[in-house]
Amino acid sequence: MHPFSFTTAETAAVALRLAAEDPRARYLAGGTTLVDLMKLEVERPTQLIDITALPLTEVTTLPNGALRVGAMVRNSDLAHNEDVRRRYPMLSQALLAGASGQLRNMATTGGNLLQRTRCPYFRDTAMPCNKREPGTGCSALHGENRGHAVLGTSEACIATHPSDMAVALVALDAAVRTAGPQGERVIPIAELHRLPGGHPEIETTLAPGELITAVEIPALPFAARSLYVKVRDRASYAFALASAAVAVDLDKGVVRDARVALGGVGTVPWRSRAAEDALHGKPAGAATYRAAAEAALAGAVPREHNAFKIELARRTLVRALTRLEANPA
Amino acid sequence: MTAPHAEGTAGVVGTPINRVDGMLKITGAARYTAEIPLEGLLHAVMVTSTIARGEIEEIDTSAAEMSAGVIRVMTPDNTPKLESLEKYQREGGKGTGGSGGGRPTGRALSLFQDKRVEYNGQPIALVIADSFEAATHAASLVRVKYRAETPTIEMASALPSAYPYTQKVLGREPPATRRGDLAAGLAAADVRVDEAYTTPMENHNPMEMHATIAAWDGDHVTLWDSTQNVYGVRGTIAKSLSIPPENVRVISHFIGGAFGSKGSAWSHVVLAAMAAREVGRPVKIVVTRRQMFGPVGGRPHTVQQVTLGATRDGTLTALRHDSTSSTSTLEEWLESCVLATRILYDCPNEETSHSLVRLNVGTPTYMRAPGEATGLFALESAMDELAYALEMDPIALRLKNYAEADPESGKPWSSKSLRECYQWGAEHFGWSRRTPTPRSMREGDELVGYGMATATYPANRMPASAVACILPDGHVTIKAASHELGTGTYTVLAQLAADAIGVPVERIEVQLGDTDLPQNPISAGSMTVTSTGSAVHLAAMAARDKLVQLAVSDPESPLHGARHEEVEIIDGRLTRRANAPRGETIQSLLARHGGAPIEEKADAKPGDERQQYSMHAFGAVFVEVRVDPELGTVRVARALGTYGVGRVLNPKTARNQLMGGITFGIGMALMEHTRVDARNGRYVNADIAEYHIPVHADVPSIEVLFVDEQDPHVDPIGAKGIGEIGMTGVAAAIANAVFHATGVRVRELPITLDKLFPEMSIHSSNSPRQASPSRGFGS
Repeated sequence: MHPFSFTTAETAAVALRLAAEDPRARYLAGGTTLVDLMKLEVERPTQLIDITALPLTEVTTLPNGALRVGAMVRNSDLAHNEDVRRRYPMLSQALLAGASGQLRNMATTGGNLLQRTRCPYFRDTAMPCNKREPGTGCSALHGENRGHAVLGTSEACIATHPSDMAVALVALDAAVRTAGPQGERVIPIAELHRLPGGHPEIETTLAPGELITAVEIPALPFAARSLYVKVRDRASYAFALASAAVAVDLDKGVVRDARVALGGVGTVPWRSRAAEDALHGKPAGAATYRAAAEAALAGAVPREHNAFKIELARRTLVRALTRLEANPA
Repeated sequence: MTAPHAEGTAGVVGTPINRVDGMLKITGAARYTAEIPLEGLLHAVMVTSTIARGEIEEIDTSAAEMSAGVIRVMTPDNTPKLESLEKYQREGGKGTGGSGGGRPTGRALSLFQDKRVEYNGQPIALVIADSFEAATHAASLVRVKYRAETPTIEMASALPSAYPYTQKVLGREPPATRRGDLAAGLAAADVRVDEAYTTPMENHNPMEMHATIAAWDGDHVTLWDSTQNVYGVRGTIAKSLSIPPENVRVISHFIGGAFGSKGSAWSHVVLAAMAAREVGRPVKIVVTRRQMFGPVGGRPHTVQQVTLGATRDGTLTALRHDSTSSTSTLEEWLESCVLATRILYDCPNEETSHSLVRLNVGTPTYMRAPGEATGLFALESAMDELAYALEMDPIALRLKNYAEADPESGKPWSSKSLRECYQWGAEHFGWSRRTPTPRSMREGDELVGYGMATATYPANRMPASAVACILPDGHVTIKAASHELGTGTYTVLAQLAADAIGVPVERIEVQLGDTDLPQNPISAGSMTVTSTGSAVHLAAMAARDKLVQLAVSDPESPLHGARHEEVEIIDGRLTRRANAPRGETIQSLLARHGGAPIEEKADAKPGDERQQYSMHAFGAVFVEVRVDPELGTVRVARALGTYGVGRVLNPKTARNQLMGGITFGIGMALMEHTRVDARNGRYVNADIAEYHIPVHADVPSIEVLFVDEQDPHVDPIGAKGIGEIGMTGVAAAIANAVFHATGVRVRELPITLDKLFPEMSIHSSNSPRQASPSRGFGS
């Protein structure tokens, strides 16, 4: 681990000022990704700005019905929040499907959104990686890529976004509230994560030093009928091979509205409007669900070891839709 | 049945007492190697190679040496040459065989004697600093230039270079065998199975990573080492550094899991001693989790061809098992896959062989049930395939070919309860509920599969010594340089000594893991109880005899004049059996004799009985799996094992061992797989988030049953050893259950969903009979 200094910020203003003064500083929240990557020498910040004392730990309902989640709300607390469980079951389920109890107790809402990939080549400084060291090449393209993405990839990077929570949040059209040198702003979550393209090292649209302060989840009554299904290599404590977050608004057996997002298969938390379009106005049932699944994976690009993920993701989505129909929340 | 602290009176052996070291462990008072505090201790971190094959051209340590807290950076450029290795090389030494042949280091180690790199992750330098953090940071500053060569990484493409193994296996068994006439046996068969089964490279991941602390005092060195073999480490250090063994002391009081990976002295052990000598201060090396993949062994890749032939009634007429396993380019190490095959079934025509393939990977080593775990996956999968081909119940097929005597040697078994294991296990498991046709059993939306397999492991034993010392305060000290791997050694040895002498188990203190104690073998091969347990029993009995002799010949003792066999010791009090009120305590007896302790040493070793009998433990394992028919996820719903393992000294720790073994087997069947980049030999999933072993949610209800088995021949205490048999057979039982559930036969471990659902989709929701690629039969 490289030497670094440690500063505690009592207010967001102090945190922003410290970050502005030191471009190689990093905010430290739960630390579940950052400290791990520092031990691996993948992250080498000069300074850690501890933001765990910031007053961003509330979950409140706004006048417009949206749920505002403070950036420092722990994953465990959010998963068990009554409003979340009632209004957005797939978010609670996604959180509980992630990591382990200990990690969820530490990990925060803002941190989870910025979780970095588990690509083994990104995590191993002895190997070339465009995301870690731009221009060095992607080791995963022709390497051990069983866990890698099939959607949103580029020739520069096929690293999978690892978050479960973010998959539910993109399905819910959440908004990310930030504070930065230019003041506060709101970023639609679909615009937060960037596809790798030729610059996989730039993962989000956040400006340097910009701090996530809250996530706002719009009111979406039909999300009370929603589900997160995660498929993995063991029963717990494993990253998704494929996952699906779905919410369906059914009217007399016809899909009036739907939200679909996939995890474990995309370079970003993968909202599938194609799948939603395929569901829209169609009768609920196996044929419609399969058509939605085909649409969701239409642009998938397999590599040597991960071709199975395409069909697995389709079936995972069909499973989620089928189960949601069978057991409305 | 469960008295947590049964007093010594009725005999504590055979009762499920709690671990005697349990309190130390749960309170953190048990001190593991890396926790030993020493004055002036320095911390060292290994730098490892980032190519799999080639030559180091240049190591630039300037930045590392300038880094704060750094004391020394050892590299091939400045590390003193070891005279022992130079002599070995001069004499044309070429290490062969698992025991290391005549190599002074035992295993082929990386001690910076040259600039060769033979695998990715090989230790090539050592940074010594005044803190772990400083050493870790400086290690990242070492810059290495290589002249890289093309490595051989993949087993599949290297198979043409396989060559027959010609050494004795485990120093005693022939590498290949042939009995009867295989071709004739195959010609006589009505049904044949001929398939290849593969198991991947795996790595041990005990909670405690390997650690060594070395401290010199003049020309004497003490090593605290997380090892399964303190005397082995002493030998390696002495030979490598050309010092007398008596100058080396090795201590290993507690080990946080080992599973074979700590059976050898690996590079970091000798490096710690070399570094401490170089810098004149004690040095500690703790292997990192990533360094657990390569430098400290693992299970090799195996490709096994099994050919079976049988007549229509299930009688085996031919059995062939050829195993090819990977080893490193540094050393030959053999996974002895076919040994169990030689003794399991009564087949007159049989051939077995072992071959090796050299790869640029870390040298493999013993990993829990080495040979049996891998070999039985192949053999017991093939037996299941044969049962389906014959339309025969798999247990009936095994009983049809039951070996009443060792089919290889012709010797009688010292004991064997396999028939009872099959029958009892089937009964408890509810095997009769199984409808044999694949895909014929469901629970809700899930496919249900039942599978079974045979478990077996040899009842190994080696010479061992122990001292029993009865102290004037009535306590007893047992001394033996064996080891506590987490298996319960402290506990069962205390139980044996308590019963042998007649004192409560709370008054027994067991000392282990120190070369100042009497010599004992490596704690591996499931032989600690059979070897060390026998020595402790004999030493304690000898001490008891001496105590009784003292009493009966002492005119002042109430036992004066009693015959030896009349004397009973219960709860530390000596009495005449016929007249219990008359007696005295050990304390009063020894007080009259100057308060001197009674000390007896016993050397226990296997004898002629090993020539007369074949000695093996046997069992049967049954599993139920649930498979998602669309997604292909497999979960083990329940597992049951029945075992005949001789006398069970402590049902609680024994159950724990066997449940742990079955859990290990679940990991082998469904998860464990060391992924190595085929281009450069880099270990890709070298952490325990990505290298999967079962978590709690993967481990179902596990039931362990012991057949009451008396074995008067195996050793003086009648026990066979239980550390490994639990994991044998499990992978095959699961693979067989997965076939039963899905109709898909997976012959390549681990059974992950990507190997299942593409095939399942071909016949999803079709009728069971169509679903089975093999012939189903009526349900």
